[in-house]
Amino acid sequence: MSDTVGGLAREGLWSNNPGLVQLLGLCPLLAVSNTVVNALGLGLATILVLMLSNTTVSLIRHGVRREIRIPVFVLVIASFVTVVELSMNAWFHELFLILGIFIPLIVTNCAILGRAEAYASRNPPGLAALDGLMMGLGFAGVLVALGAFREVLGQGTLFSQAELLLGSAASGLELTVIPGYDGFLLAALPPGAFIGLGLLLALKNLIDQRRPGTHTMAQPAEAPQSG
Amino acid sequence: MRDILLAGGILLAFALSGVGLVSWTFQGTVDRIEQNQREALLQELQQLVPPDRYDNALTDDTLDVEDNGLLGMHGTVTAYRARMDDEPVAVILPAKARDGYTGPITLLVGIYADGRIAGVRVVDHSETPGLGDAIEPRRSNWINQFVGQSLDDPDTAEWAVKRDRGAFDQLTGATVTARAVVRAVRDALLFYDQFGEELFASDTAPDEEPQDANEDPDGDESSEGEDDSNE
Repeated sequence: MSDTVGGLAREGLWSNNPGLVQLLGLCPLLAVSNTVVNALGLGLATILVLMLSNTTVSLIRHGVRREIRIPVFVLVIASFVTVVELSMNAWFHELFLILGIFIPLIVTNCAILGRAEAYASRNPPGLAALDGLMMGLGFAGVLVALGAFREVLGQGTLFSQAELLLGSAASGLELTVIPGYDGFLLAALPPGAFIGLGLLLALKNLIDQRRPGTHTMAQPAEAPQSG
Repeated sequence: MRDILLAGGILLAFALSGVGLVSWTFQGTVDRIEQNQREALLQELQQLVPPDRYDNALTDDTLDVEDNGLLGMHGTVTAYRARMDDEPVAVILPAKARDGYTGPITLLVGIYADGRIAGVRVVDHSETPGLGDAIEPRRSNWINQFVGQSLDDPDTAEWAVKRDRGAFDQLTGATVTARAVVRAVRDALLFYDQFGEELFASDTAPDEEPQDANEDPDGDESSEGEDDSNE
């Protein structure tokens, strides 16, 4: 467990990435990664919740008795998720309609409770917030990568419906990567998510293997039991 | 004992502050959310009846009617009325095709006062992506083939996909989906055929009659609707 800025960034983004190494929060990861915009929307919401919950848990870490810490963490996380849900409903209404049930389901993303228990409850607020940001970025990164992979393969586009997230000015962002593409149904369906994630995992392990001197990839860093 | 009470007290404190935070956010967003929902509804309705065809507030001029089974909604549905200078222009009915491929397909069917289709939109469905989702206008133009059609044109018997010797295009790989939608649209037209006049008749235009005076005519109408279905 690292306490430096660089160390936290490395853990969250790569060596202990919630999506690729801890394999936490796979339910939203697999379900919402059908386009880049959906993935980005849920990724941002998750980052926000993770930072808020990590900071709060760290601030209250001395006042909460050990035996009731899990219910308290759940209360904190559930409150923040509801706040984020209401805010998205108010300011990103159309995206909210698309993401639907997966916004309230951020509560059940084990990565969030896992970070609260494994890191935030033992470290000062600044570091906990940074850990939340890095873990969130790592999760959102995997989500967006998988979203891009599936959107290009499934529909031949990138950033379709970007206006839902970024306003009408962004509607020109949509890229047709493969013109006249008929679409590859499998990539858009749930099996495509599993296969895509498998490929991403393989790619990460391959990169770790090729890097000289690091042969730690075979042992995933301490995954919290609350998976 | 003291420990348990203390733990309970801490939990209670957190529960209360959680509730406080959520209700504070709710207060701050509730108006905006309601406005969003109204706008989203209006936008959907405007796709069915072009805004220059009517001059009333579509989302406010509604009528609750009892579904006799033709709309597939089971129970009371809300019909939206479009008027120009208080003359009926069109009515928008929700309808549900219960025999979709992977579940019910919810539609909004706009019908002009003369019985022609103003437009059909899919509100909610879970059809196969890439095949059945061609009923969405952003995927294909299929849903627009209903525009301008009525029960006489084509003939009621020809309200079916071409494979069933009907007049409407099917969807490659999604015949079940296309069949379900065609049937639901036809049934919505049949519903309008039975109750069309009444849908406009009991006037709830907000500035003409006070609200409670409208409840009686509504009640009458819905019971008539049930009578008809029993015949």
